[in-house]
Amino acid sequence: MSNTAIVVALLVGIAVWFAVASRLTAKPWENREQKGDVGVLHMSPQRIGLWVFMAVVTSLFALFLTAYSMRMHHSIGWCHLTIPNILWVNTAILLAASVALQLAANAVSGGRRDATRTALVAAGTLSIGFLAGQVLAWRAVGPSLYFVQGSPAIAFFYVLTIVHGLHLLGGLAVLGRASLRFAGGAELVDLRQSLSLCATYWHFLLLVWLAVFGVLLFL
Amino acid sequence: MAYVAIADRDAPIHDPHTFIEKYIWSQDHKVIAIQYSIVAIFVGLVALVLSGLMRLQLGFPDSFHFVDPNQYYQFITMHGMIMVIYLLTALFLGGFGNFLIPLMCGSRDMVFPYMNMLSFWVYLLAVIVLLASFFVQGGPTGAGWTLYPPQAVLPGTPGAGLGIILMLVSLGIFIVAFTMGGLNYVTTVLQARCRGMTLMRMPLSVWGIFVATILGLLAFPALFVSAIMMTLDGTLGTSFFMPALSSMGQAPEHDGGSPLLFQHLFWFFGHPEVYIVALPAFGIVSDLLATHARKNIFGYRMMVWAILAIGGLSFVVWAHHMYVSGMNPYFGFFFATTTLIIAVPTAIKVYNWVLTLWKGDIHLTVPMLFAIGFIFTFVHGGLTGLFLGNVTVDLPLSDTYFVVGHFHMVMGVSPVLVVFGAIYHWYPKLTGRMWDDRLGRIHFWLTFLGTYAIYLPMHYLGILGVPRRYYALGETEFLPQSVHTVNAAITIAALVVAASVVIFLYNMIVSLWRGEKSPPNPWKATTLEWQTPDTPAKHGNWGPRLPEVHRWAYDYSVPGAPDDFIPQNVPVDSRYATGTGHHG
Ligand code: HEM
Ligand SMILES: [Cu+2]
Repeated sequence: MSNTAIVVALLVGIAVWFAVASRLTAKPWENREQKGDVGVLHMSPQRIGLWVFMAVVTSLFALFLTAYSMRMHHSIGWCHLTIPNILWVNTAILLAASVALQLAANAVSGGRRDATRTALVAAGTLSIGFLAGQVLAWRAVGPSLYFVQGSPAIAFFYVLTIVHGLHLLGGLAVLGRASLRFAGGAELVDLRQSLSLCATYWHFLLLVWLAVFGVLLFL
Repeated sequence: MAYVAIADRDAPIHDPHTFIEKYIWSQDHKVIAIQYSIVAIFVGLVALVLSGLMRLQLGFPDSFHFVDPNQYYQFITMHGMIMVIYLLTALFLGGFGNFLIPLMCGSRDMVFPYMNMLSFWVYLLAVIVLLASFFVQGGPTGAGWTLYPPQAVLPGTPGAGLGIILMLVSLGIFIVAFTMGGLNYVTTVLQARCRGMTLMRMPLSVWGIFVATILGLLAFPALFVSAIMMTLDGTLGTSFFMPALSSMGQAPEHDGGSPLLFQHLFWFFGHPEVYIVALPAFGIVSDLLATHARKNIFGYRMMVWAILAIGGLSFVVWAHHMYVSGMNPYFGFFFATTTLIIAVPTAIKVYNWVLTLWKGDIHLTVPMLFAIGFIFTFVHGGLTGLFLGNVTVDLPLSDTYFVVGHFHMVMGVSPVLVVFGAIYHWYPKLTGRMWDDRLGRIHFWLTFLGTYAIYLPMHYLGILGVPRRYYALGETEFLPQSVHTVNAAITIAALVVAASVVIFLYNMIVSLWRGEKSPPNPWKATTLEWQTPDTPAKHGNWGPRLPEVHRWAYDYSVPGAPDDFIPQNVPVDSRYATGTGHHG
């Protein structure tokens, strides 16, 4: 639990730092005329929204992983998961998806339509491939309810991968919409922001997966 | 410019035309605020009725037969959960957050209006799922609002089948709704403030709501995690929380789960939850006091820092709810210390409120009465909290009526007084009408004195050792006769308070038609929401031009100024220039 407390404290710290950076020491009652838009963040609302959302998801997974470690330490006879090899492949695929999406975002800013198309197709395919790979991993870990009931490690594995997968699916929905707009011939400039946000989100989900995988491997 | 996105749009924003766009699938933050508030108040009334039934049972155990022991458990559970989550959290953030953030920050709307609309409908779904549990087989869960396993999912507890599952699912849905709303509130505050509105010029209401939202966004995931895992324990037979135990002669179905893990997760959410409710109340009360005492808030900067400090600290005190669950004494010491440290910024806030009143030009309007009432109840609740924060004092008092008295004082009555004060305060802007003042005063005194009559004696009961969550005390040797007398008196007071809510509702509804037309700025307040060109504010809030802010939110009784208030949008060099809505 204390690890989570640290993570959350960190997030709160970031929030406080934001506030301090925007002059918590100001003396508002002195009524100095302020020039311009002091203290307003120079980021689009979508980007801020995404960052806040990622903070929420960080908290969610930090708590899941804390629960995992506490459940492990509180019980006698905890049976570790045998990590199926396919998870290494999946990790590589997700990494590739994240890279492909970054390339798509770069291509869009560079105004290169063909490169964008290739990268988008690659990113979409790889992401779906990752999800399919996770399903295969379930079959390797314990293919039925019997295993899930019998071993908390397996139950955690299911929960963690499903929750992570759902977040990726949500991302795919947004990416799918952007891709449809792209296919419909939308101006590249109009797609810049959404692809760049998708890329950020994919990198984030990659990090989350690495954290989950790391905990499963080493804890 | 950062705020171009929504703020400085030249084209007229898309106005809703049909009735449905305007009032049902509305994306206007003011309409969503009203929708949230109506639903929250509605479920709150359900919870109030439940508490009345419980009180009848407790006060007159032999005369009434409204509830049996199982129902008593179900009623406490639903009462507690509804009050904390579905009423107060939803009302402060979904209701006041939605209404006040864009208006006080000088924005046209929330930055993601569509998601804001979804947030409300998903919240409504959560409420429907919650209330559905009254109608399923076995009824709602009776696990207590803390939902501790293993009992929550074992057959001995009422509602252990469908009831608890519906509760957990409803909480999950609520959290999704809250997250959608929360992303909006945070992003709007960070990004869509009007020109000149620096963070340190924001009214404290916005600060309180803003920080509370951040707490919610980070703390609700803990409840989400525990809801998912408990649902799986209850349905699929996993053992996250469920230890091996045989219940009612059955062979154990679970093995090795950790109930203590649930308690950690629950309170990692549960304690910040107290502040999710309290911080908006703190903020709003600060603004009510300053406005109605015609004085600048004392120590504005300290107030902001205190809100931030309380928000941060609230994540490191959760285990003070678990002293009796057994823990390493060093942990107990740690959590007792952090708990007492939180008292410091909290006390600073109380001093500052009192100092704001000091030598103020106090107008005892109805909102002001409620705000001052809050200071009393909050100080009482806070002081008993200091007792309970210490391990050695908590052990004997835990699970007695002392605790019930404490938490109702601090997070039941106090925020509710602020809710009432705030509704009386902003109703004229919301509807363009004033309330019946006399009924408002009657409502205040009945509520304020009534809640004291309910909760003060509970501390006495607790010290005598009357246990919490008991259906009936029966013939208990160690309890004197006075306990029964006190219980009957408390019930009578509770019924009076419940009746006073009827006065409130009557006043609120009838004033919609009969109320006197309200001027744009009836309290002569400085903050932006009172300076809108129309009252009630129209879609887009500000007409063609956004306001520009030139000063902080507390220029009351400025020496040399003709009025005792200068709105935030009045330029500094021309103090007497008339801002919109500035009159007199
Ligand atoms: C007139 C108003 C109210 C009355 C008469 C009332 C009465 C009660 C009663 C009789 C109990 C059960 C005590 C027991 O047997 O242990 C209870 C529990 C509780 N109440 Fe209230 N209450 C009121 C308002 C509120 C409000 C506004 C809140 C909001 C925070 C609240 C939160 C709770 C909680 C969290 C519990 C604990 C439930 C549990 O033990 O699981 N109550 N209340
Ligand atoms: Cu607490």
